[in-house]
Amino acid sequence: MPDLGAYAAEVLSAYAVSIALLVALIWMSYRRYIKVRAALEDVERNG
Amino acid sequence: MSMWEYANPKKFMGWTRPVLPWTFALAGICLVVGLIWGFFFTPDDFRQGSTVKIIYLHVPSALMAINAWIMMLVASLIWVVRRHHVSALAARAAAPVGVVFTLIALFTGGIWGQPMWGTYWAWDPRLTSFLILFLFYLGYIALWEAIEDPDTAADLTSVLCMVGSVFAILSRYAVLFWNQGLHQGASLSLDKEENISDVFWFPLLVCIAGFVLLFIALVLMRTRTEIRARRMRALEARARRA
Repeated sequence: MPDLGAYAAEVLSAYAVSIALLVALIWMSYRRYIKVRAALEDVERNG
Repeated sequence: MSMWEYANPKKFMGWTRPVLPWTFALAGICLVVGLIWGFFFTPDDFRQGSTVKIIYLHVPSALMAINAWIMMLVASLIWVVRRHHVSALAARAAAPVGVVFTLIALFTGGIWGQPMWGTYWAWDPRLTSFLILFLFYLGYIALWEAIEDPDTAADLTSVLCMVGSVFAILSRYAVLFWNQGLHQGASLSLDKEENISDVFWFPLLVCIAGFVLLFIALVLMRTRTEIRARRMRALEARARRA
């Protein structure tokens, strides 16, 4: 871990929040991708 | 073959399927390498101290927040002129990605601004136009959700996108238009004299590549979702009529 000095809180919170937002965006996009694909397959199968 | 054939929904689904995992993998590699390089293996700046490490998140996200809106503008114009459904759906798919990038840029900018400027926020031309761009993103997403008919929604959101483009351009060039404000000029330049030091520049380039690839991967995936959702609605409507 690098020595972040007096600005450790600022730097770490910037990284933590940004990475959390990116992970949430990818997760939500993937979850909807899977959900809609399954729903379409269901509609195509059952009419 | 005309390039417009790639915008055919069936063709789009075909060519994006093999491309998607590779784009995600490349984005992941660039982001992991760039962020680890920037965070662990670059020195502190002599004036900004360790806060300079925020550059690896702030600059790529701000760059892509603006570029995402420009991509949405191009897709919207294609919809208005040529009525390609995939382009309207791609614009819709890009908006949530753009809004998250804008949020990251605003948050990291505020966090960086406090120790450097003594304030989280100032009504500076670049910051203000960026905040307005964020509000336009929210309005754009809300408008898509509010209108039931997809073609009408695509028409109205295209108009909104064109209006919002003023703020996307302003947030990039506000520093040149107005001399007031706290935000400095561009961090990146082709002129070596004006550019940041190589020790920060190379990991930053890798992070920018990561954000660009992540944007492409997410837009492709989300556009595939929108195409499937549209097909599902059409099949359900056909079943109801039968």
